[in-house]
Amino acid sequence: MSQKKYWKGLGELNETAVHQESTSNEFKGDLPFDLSGNLLDAQTPRRDFLKYLGFSTAAAMLAASCEMPVRKVIPYAIKPEDITPGVPNFYASTFVDNGDYCAIVIKTRDGRPIKIEGNSKSSITKGGTSARVQASVLNLYDKARLRQPYIDNHESTFEAIDRAVTAALAANTKPAYLVTGSILSPTTKEVINQFTIKFPTVKHIVFDAVSYSGMLQANEACYGKRTLPSYHFDKAQTIVSLGADFLGTWLSPVEFAKQYSVGRKISASNLKMSKHYQVESNHTTTGAKADERAVCRPSEMGTVAVALYNAITTGEAPKLGNDKLNEVVAKAAADLKKGNGLVVCGANDVNIQTVVNAINNAVGANGTTVNWAVTSNYRQGIDADMVNMVNAMNAGEVGAVFFHNVNPVYEYYQASKVLEGLKKVPLTVSFAERRDETAKECKYIIPDHHYLESWGDAEPKTGYFSLMQPGIAPIFKTRAFQDNLMAWAGNTTTYAQYWNQYWLTKMGSQQAFDIALQEGIIEPTGEMAMGGATFSGNVSNAISGIKKPLSGGKEIFVYEKIAIGRGAGYSNNPWLLEMPDPMTKATWDNYALVSPKTAADLGAELTSINEVDAKKHVVKLTVNGISMELPIVVMPGMHNEVVAVALGYGRSKEVGRAADNTGKNAYPFISYNGNNFENFTAVAIEKTELVYPVAITQTHLSYEGRPILHEYTIEEFSKDPKVLWNEREAEIGHYTHLPWAEKDSKEETGISDEGRDPMEEGFRENGTLYPNYESHGIHWGMSIDLNTCVGCGNCVMACQAENNVSVVGKTEVLKSQEMHWIRIDRYFSGMPDDPNSITTVFQPMMCQHCDNAPCENVCPVAATPHTNEGLNMMTYNRCIGTKYCANNCPYKVRRFNWLDWNGADCFDDNLYEDYRRDDMNDDLTRMVLNPDVTVRSRGVMEKCTFCVQRLQYAKLEAKKAGRPLMDGEAKTACQQSCPTDAIQFGNTKDKESNIYKLRNKEQMERKFYVLEQIHTLPNINYLALIRNNESIVGGDVTKDGLMNEHI
Amino acid sequence: MPLFRRLTQSITALLIVLLLSNQSAFAAPDGKALFNSNCAACHNPLKDATGPALKGVSGHAHGKEWIYKWVKNPSAVLASGDPHAKELVDKFKIVMTAFPALGKEDVDAILDYVDKYEDPNKAKPGEATQAAPESHGWLYTFVTIILVAILIVLWRTNYTLRRVTNEKQGIPNVKEIPVYKNKAFIAVFAILAFIFCGYWFVNGAIELGRQQNYQPKQPIFYSHKVHAGVNQVNCLYCHAGAEKSRQAMIPSTNVCMNCHKQINEYTGKEKLITAEGVEVNGTDEIKKLYTYAGWDATKKEYIRDAEGNIQATPIVWTKVHNLPDHVYFNHAQHVKVGKVQCQRCHGNIQEMDEVYQASPLSMGWCLNCHRQTQVQFADNKYYTLFQKYHQEMKEGKRTGVTVEEIGGTECMKCHY
Repeated sequence: MSQKKYWKGLGELNETAVHQESTSNEFKGDLPFDLSGNLLDAQTPRRDFLKYLGFSTAAAMLAASCEMPVRKVIPYAIKPEDITPGVPNFYASTFVDNGDYCAIVIKTRDGRPIKIEGNSKSSITKGGTSARVQASVLNLYDKARLRQPYIDNHESTFEAIDRAVTAALAANTKPAYLVTGSILSPTTKEVINQFTIKFPTVKHIVFDAVSYSGMLQANEACYGKRTLPSYHFDKAQTIVSLGADFLGTWLSPVEFAKQYSVGRKISASNLKMSKHYQVESNHTTTGAKADERAVCRPSEMGTVAVALYNAITTGEAPKLGNDKLNEVVAKAAADLKKGNGLVVCGANDVNIQTVVNAINNAVGANGTTVNWAVTSNYRQGIDADMVNMVNAMNAGEVGAVFFHNVNPVYEYYQASKVLEGLKKVPLTVSFAERRDETAKECKYIIPDHHYLESWGDAEPKTGYFSLMQPGIAPIFKTRAFQDNLMAWAGNTTTYAQYWNQYWLTKMGSQQAFDIALQEGIIEPTGEMAMGGATFSGNVSNAISGIKKPLSGGKEIFVYEKIAIGRGAGYSNNPWLLEMPDPMTKATWDNYALVSPKTAADLGAELTSINEVDAKKHVVKLTVNGISMELPIVVMPGMHNEVVAVALGYGRSKEVGRAADNTGKNAYPFISYNGNNFENFTAVAIEKTELVYPVAITQTHLSYEGRPILHEYTIEEFSKDPKVLWNEREAEIGHYTHLPWAEKDSKEETGISDEGRDPMEEGFRENGTLYPNYESHGIHWGMSIDLNTCVGCGNCVMACQAENNVSVVGKTEVLKSQEMHWIRIDRYFSGMPDDPNSITTVFQPMMCQHCDNAPCENVCPVAATPHTNEGLNMMTYNRCIGTKYCANNCPYKVRRFNWLDWNGADCFDDNLYEDYRRDDMNDDLTRMVLNPDVTVRSRGVMEKCTFCVQRLQYAKLEAKKAGRPLMDGEAKTACQQSCPTDAIQFGNTKDKESNIYKLRNKEQMERKFYVLEQIHTLPNINYLALIRNNESIVGGDVTKDGLMNEHI
Repeated sequence: MPLFRRLTQSITALLIVLLLSNQSAFAAPDGKALFNSNCAACHNPLKDATGPALKGVSGHAHGKEWIYKWVKNPSAVLASGDPHAKELVDKFKIVMTAFPALGKEDVDAILDYVDKYEDPNKAKPGEATQAAPESHGWLYTFVTIILVAILIVLWRTNYTLRRVTNEKQGIPNVKEIPVYKNKAFIAVFAILAFIFCGYWFVNGAIELGRQQNYQPKQPIFYSHKVHAGVNQVNCLYCHAGAEKSRQAMIPSTNVCMNCHKQINEYTGKEKLITAEGVEVNGTDEIKKLYTYAGWDATKKEYIRDAEGNIQATPIVWTKVHNLPDHVYFNHAQHVKVGKVQCQRCHGNIQEMDEVYQASPLSMGWCLNCHRQTQVQFADNKYYTLFQKYHQEMKEGKRTGVTVEEIGGTECMKCHY
């Protein structure tokens, strides 16, 4: 058994009095009455109470006795043939945000997209989505989107702009630039091509805010192709990541997470598991999943790559910053040499990437895990192009500039230079969907459609196409970006027509086209072609070109958050802003991440100020004369000399109300090394006397140290796969027989042939005095694999979109009143001062739908009873808000509506207002709400329902067709789009179902229930985490002394 | 203390009386209530509707035993090859819904009620029968008031006389406590007031938000009687969503125009009369539809804009059947899967000129039906997963499965 101590935060680790008090008080904040001393002497004596009572009764009666409203019902004037009100339609489409790609299915209800699902037909994303993809549907209804074109910030028409722009373009003699993000669409590329032919002065350049230029240039130098290969994490036995957060933000995380999970699914009968080494300077979700992890300075990454290269080629022992790093590099080199290795690196540096290419070549990865036969198009930007353009603008050499999906005034490292340059350009056009920092400075703004309103396509990998179709007609007077270029080039057809013709021709027939559009993807059949490439890079030049690491002082590291990424429109997405970051669990802000030791050195260590209270010390970061004040958030596992700051915050007011004044802009911390943008640099850090509240959810809802996790090394598990089973048996095994009953002669252990589990059955029946209720038809159950869960937060967003979960705003999160139905608990273990010792576990936690639920029998109004199908029901209209159920829930998964977040009350004045989240209650934003789920009003409890509306929908579809319900037909929102298939769900009574087989056969040994011993009989089981390393770091009493008697 | 004891005694007595009176009220099944809640959707006592007229069926040749069996499980009777059952089904093209919950007493009560039923509209209009009950009521009140007044006068006279005689005989008079100061009286009065006010208050609160018999005026005088009743248009022709969706769907104007391109005047024999008694010109109402639908009645073609779109505007109807937001109701579940007749909830819609809400649409009403109604257990393959019930049916332990037994009364079937 693992003997580790897990802790959610340092407060929990240190167990101070303040922290203990805070955790014992689930509902923070005092009652608005003074209840001290004698009740009669209290400030709110009996008479006041009676007054309140009388008044509220009278008020309720007055309100209730008002006349019934007259409701109108408006049918279609002419009903579209394929829409039946009340029945959802699904359209296969594609999520594209510059180079980010995901194959999706849009769920529309009554003509409006309300939910994004993964398209399982895609061989790339395989039905997975990311948190950002899930939340992108909210961006469609963003109030800050522009509603018509503008000239000089005055409303205008397309015709007027067309006339002005074509005239200006015709008169232009100087070079002009069309600046876009990476473009995946083949037809768009064609449109741009035609445009540049018509106007030869126009040059198309690609600017990626988070650049992969170093990789592209290295590949060009090594393989003669300025492109990116396809990676196959599923085929890799050894994965070494040098600072690449490939499960969270690097390149194509959904694709990689799907692949990665293949090598991480382990069972007693299949003990093969990939080995994952991670070297990084901050602490990412990818690092949290790693089997072996070591930290280095960001500037040291090149040296680490070289050390790894040398260790592989010459066997030279690495001599790096710390022992653990040396150990990890040496072990990684040894494992890589065994074959089926894959090395990825997050550094945007052509020399480092050349060395990485050389390593992959040396270990034979080309053609096995790195595929050059099918290249990927995710990033295409070359940094020097952009820098040259900005210089040209400043020199007054640019006649016109067009910005599509890029925002250099915000995203470029020297925003002031872009601003200055723009003033010298006569024709400036932005196609931004909102008046962002760049659009504000442009003469013409022609807002583009949202992708859910657009026709389009994508070619994420060469030969792999994906079609985009709209889920709704454009809401505002916007125009497709391509339509502008085509109109200015004198083309009379629209882009939609052109697109249609292009694909019709390509597919050959209308029928083939229709099928492709319906499926959403056009892919070669069979397995993806695999091919290597001949390496011709100059490694010694690259090695000598790598800069020496900084020897002392602090370094700042700029990173993307999983939620909002580079920023763009997502900076104004309240869902994403309130999504707790997987690692820090912080919402609504960015901050300076430092290790506990650095915080202590700064005098900003954990004190009573910031331990429980959300107030954090503010530090001043100075880079090249640019200063910024940011609150400190302590992150165990960070390199002690590193300060990490997230991108995408600190937006201007016009980006939207949620984005306004949220965090600080970290782009100025990026630097340019003459070839590539670097996301790290030396920084001076100094503590100020200020404090700033950061809304962190990590310490809310604590288990107070009760054992809820199980983690084993592969060695422990393979030696005795029954290690967890035996542990459970010791706890509940004796319930198979009542003490006074005669014991069965033959010892029953394990699962019998009929799939019965005597241990669980016995515990269910004999562990309680109450009668055992048998369910007749379906009994739903869920299984969550802790091995494959990467904590990406996709499920949190999917749940929020599906179940109308409210956004509460920063002030309310500070009071621990966030409403997410599913949270991903993140537990650290190890020594806080030694970042190399930190290991991290994610555990998604939602209502466990206990068959013997503690919440159910304390409800005084029976608002939360149990169904025959094993669901723990929540009946909002019956709930009177006593919160007894939340108090009694051992899993802390119930959420109370303290305020009226969405205007669901009949009292208008009740509506909670908070500047940043108010747009959520707009008529436009409310179009995203799922009409099948009640919008909860103030004063009721809510929690995960197992997406009962989806279960009912699936059952009804089966009933309507008069056939049995098939396994996998009913999927919860969190399960549907999980990028690693960590969540499985189904009817546990169906012996053919996946969940049944998983629980009773395949994963019987890894299965456990959280707090099983208290006889709550949860319907969610977890599969224990297995790490592919020799000893659990932090579990060795002689090394770190953090052992507890019982975890 | 004796006052207190007396008080408790009287209250206990009062409560017992109240309880007993309630009991006696429930002792015999109420035929009218049973008929209205179970049968009225399909049966009229006097004339054939979805099912046959019921008046006089108790004297049927097959006898009451046959009716008991039929009501309990019509499918079984039919399956047994009963000729009368076959005749009925052939005539009405539908098998009656089973009512396993109705006992013999209940059936007797219903039959008793329908046998005594008289057409309330039988009395010819013009006769002053309607005014009669009103004048009677007034008269009764008047007589009661006079009698009470006489009673009080007599009581006071009697009392005064007794005092006078007492005085004459020298017996000392006990000082009179006025009624409003009598503690026993005040206590009894207060308790009674509390009970009655409470009853009134709770009942009123329960009824809040319910709209039974709600009959709003609609933008077009659309008569279901003319369409579904006289002309026998299938409900699902217009309300096509009822089999597919949660919403039954109000038809769009182009669906109306499928017929009304040809039918441009009302030629029905029956006059169209609103609830207020105003006569409506049906042809004018069809013209209103043409305006909404964008139909040029003279040219007999749609009015189109430059892009060829029909210039139609939706009709803003007033919603009659309203459910609160926290209720999930699905028409497809009931119509397609449950094979429930529209009339079961919407009343005799084919006889309504203007639609009104026939059922209370209260939760209790929903649940009662879920408790009594049997699901299409054997016919729908979906229900194969309830192996236990299938086993029991095979063994003859049960004749059917009610909605309740497969979880149809659980909160989250309708509230999520």
